[in-house]
Amino acid sequence: MKRRELLAALAATPLLTLGGRLYAAPQAGAKLLVVFLRGAYDATNLLVPVGSNFYYESRPNLAIARPGESPTSALALNADWGLHPVLAKSMLPLYQAGQLAFVPFAGTDDLSRSHFETQDSVELGQALDAHRDYQSGFLNRLVSVLAGAQAARPVAFTEQVPLSLRGTAQVPNIAFNTLGKGGLDARQSKVIADMYKQTALGKQVEEGFAVKVDAQRAAAEALDAASGRAISTKGFALEARRIALLMKDRFDVGFVDIGGWDTHVGQGAATGYLADRFTELGEGLAGFGEEMGAAWPRTVVVVISEFGRTFRENGNRGTDHGHGTVYWVLGGAIQGGRILGEQQKLEASTLFQNRDYPVLNEYRRVFAGLFSQMYGLSSRQLDQVFAGVAPSKLGII
Amino acid sequence: MWRVLAALPQKKTLPRKRLVRLGAVFTAMLASAIMLAACASNPPAARNDFGPEGAYAWVNRLSWGANPASVATATKMGRSAWLAQQLHPTDRVLPAAAQAQIDAMRISKEPMPVLLRELTASNEAANALTDDAAKQAARTAYQRELNELAQQAESRALLRSLYSPAQLQEQMTWFWLNHFSVFQGKRDIRALVGDYEEQAIRPHALGRFRDLLGAVVRHPAMLRYLDNDQNAVGRINENYARELMELHTLGVDGGYQQADVQTLAHVLTGLGVRVQEDDAKIRPALQTQYVHTGLFEFNPARHDPAPKTLLGEPLKAQGLGEIDEALDRLARHPSTAHFIARKLATFFVSDEPPPALVDRVAKAFLCTDGDIAKTLKVLFDSPEFSASLAPANNGFKDPVHYVLSGVRLAYGDRPLEDTGPVLGWIRRLGQPRFGHVAPDGYPMVASAWNGSGQLATRFEVARAIGTTDRGLFGAAPPAPPSLSGPWFSQYMAPRLSPATRDALAQAKTAQEWNTFLLSSPEFMAR
Repeated sequence: MKRRELLAALAATPLLTLGGRLYAAPQAGAKLLVVFLRGAYDATNLLVPVGSNFYYESRPNLAIARPGESPTSALALNADWGLHPVLAKSMLPLYQAGQLAFVPFAGTDDLSRSHFETQDSVELGQALDAHRDYQSGFLNRLVSVLAGAQAARPVAFTEQVPLSLRGTAQVPNIAFNTLGKGGLDARQSKVIADMYKQTALGKQVEEGFAVKVDAQRAAAEALDAASGRAISTKGFALEARRIALLMKDRFDVGFVDIGGWDTHVGQGAATGYLADRFTELGEGLAGFGEEMGAAWPRTVVVVISEFGRTFRENGNRGTDHGHGTVYWVLGGAIQGGRILGEQQKLEASTLFQNRDYPVLNEYRRVFAGLFSQMYGLSSRQLDQVFAGVAPSKLGII
Repeated sequence: MWRVLAALPQKKTLPRKRLVRLGAVFTAMLASAIMLAACASNPPAARNDFGPEGAYAWVNRLSWGANPASVATATKMGRSAWLAQQLHPTDRVLPAAAQAQIDAMRISKEPMPVLLRELTASNEAANALTDDAAKQAARTAYQRELNELAQQAESRALLRSLYSPAQLQEQMTWFWLNHFSVFQGKRDIRALVGDYEEQAIRPHALGRFRDLLGAVVRHPAMLRYLDNDQNAVGRINENYARELMELHTLGVDGGYQQADVQTLAHVLTGLGVRVQEDDAKIRPALQTQYVHTGLFEFNPARHDPAPKTLLGEPLKAQGLGEIDEALDRLARHPSTAHFIARKLATFFVSDEPPPALVDRVAKAFLCTDGDIAKTLKVLFDSPEFSASLAPANNGFKDPVHYVLSGVRLAYGDRPLEDTGPVLGWIRRLGQPRFGHVAPDGYPMVASAWNGSGQLATRFEVARAIGTTDRGLFGAAPPAPPSLSGPWFSQYMAPRLSPATRDALAQAKTAQEWNTFLLSSPEFMAR
């Protein structure tokens, strides 16, 4: 049954034939998309610790069954880990093709357990004990050190430029949900652009119009493609395709966020609220890869969240704010099909503060390691992005 | 909906910075001595007319945007009388239709303590439910109620900003809200922001800085936002203490040290929020110190009574009095005068205000014991301010200013029937009221607001304003505004570049003409 589904998925997913290890050395044209799951998603039910009896004791109502026990069982990844079953068609084929990896025990040392505070600190990517500079996000610093053949064009797929992309580099932002309302036609746009030609804002105005036109085209194309393919045409599943259509030609470093992960109450298990969110996310990421087409082998997607959730379920069949989380890394040429980074057995005694996943793979070290592989950054450049951080050697690429 | 519970980070000060700060405090103290010695001198008499740039430029700068009615009023009154009226407003009457909208709001009918008690009760009831679906539904309803209260606060502020004759007071209300910024998304602050603006900020926006500071320090919105309601002896939370000095008074280089942050955190212990109507039970010896007014509470049992030294001098008073003594010291500190003066000059004159102007404004602040209106008068009477009114020296509007000025120009005193679309534009442009997550407030400089996405979206907003967006006036929208009349020719046309005039000449309809005017570089200028 599972095997048949996998084969069908492989046949239906042309991107898998694009594989190949093109990442032997840093190369021009690299694409990076960071997906921020705001609200702290329950990573423990995404990457299920199927080897841990303690997991099944801790989550009597929420646990995902061990592989093979039922149709709603976890999908086996290795002896220790399984994947949430709703990702069988979207993400499992990528994992098996070596294009998806997970980094458990990832996160920040920020212990506030406040969404608002921790999202900020992660996006800034600065040392926790230093004064915060709210005008300097880590993705903007990355863009600022990339120059020459590697010069990267940044973009935020959000209503406002997020903290991670704030800084010295100018970053356009595109919000698909407010696009197309009150648009100006080509003649009107030109008249307005001409007003600014001789002013200091001439370039920004021109870029603003150009990006808008491309974004509108991408939005329409993705919708057309979707209606022909009978895939989900809403939410992130649609948005991710639109993002890909823009990123494959026009932008190199992108950021998008998805809310709705703060599952304190009734989050469900193999089915239910969280399962539906995973379905939408998985379809979106698979669609993104597909739409990137020839650029997919040069692309890396990292899915992150501010922190994890409590290892044990709470009294409302949900989970509360925790600490360590699980990052996803996807890409056409990554060394995937593996669970990466420092790990440890999940037992009562190894939980952080007797409640949460510990953080063993600090996020700045993870990103620093990834960036140095993707872009071949010198230690001086890396230091400008993450001051004083030693890159992890996870061998993602 | 996220629940935001925990504290902001506890930042450490680097030793090197401390040295810089010590230097700064010494300089500031020296400057203060010089300033105080010079307090008696009289400023040069200011001219009574509006000068070469005319009433339009003055009104445009001191209001949320010039329009025919406001420029006519200023012209009739003359500069001195008009400026005095703006600095000491007596007329705050809104058009009846706008006032009626405000009167109908729940935040106008129910006092904040009542609102918060009701909401807290429904939240507790929701959490006590045992059925998952019912609990989820009750929690969603609770969140929706909170959202509505914050939305009402935004709507009320918008109506005042657009239609109040006390325009400078409205701008200054925004300025101080941004200075004492709170974020509505944290905890239940959405139920508190309306009262925060109405009671703590607006009444003091042109008054004494010390009164403003005192009102903020006692308001539950700020006490919640910067976690001081969790700051108690034995469980110190430095969050508010740090921001109170760094962002609200002395400024980051204002001469305080980590030890001062710690001391101020201890001073602020016991200052908090009590939702319940009854008083906390206090042991008899401390009862006389206990204060519980509305939601504000000073609980002496949570206060650290140990003797303290702040900024090198001991504090003499006890309990709540000690807090006031500390606030006096901070509000009257020369670093505060300089920090506030620079911010005011940045807001009203230039992203990089001339240091000599900042010094003069700081001196006025110190000499008047932080009288905001008198301090502003010195700023507005300065030659640097007059020079900044020339088109070539104008700054760049931030999103709020851009949207408000467009709506004021296009629709004058005809009140919006639905504030939703305008609030939506401000949100899309990234500057919703009570919407800045961090305590530092929105940036004031042009570079924060002139990115390509921002500009492209502004042009769409220009089109929506210029063509009478259908949502603004309900079922019977007025004809599109005609902005190209004689008033435009007299006041705005002389300030336009040849390129902008070319663009206007290419407009095919009145709506398009409006769109081009509102999109022009000149209309982006503050």
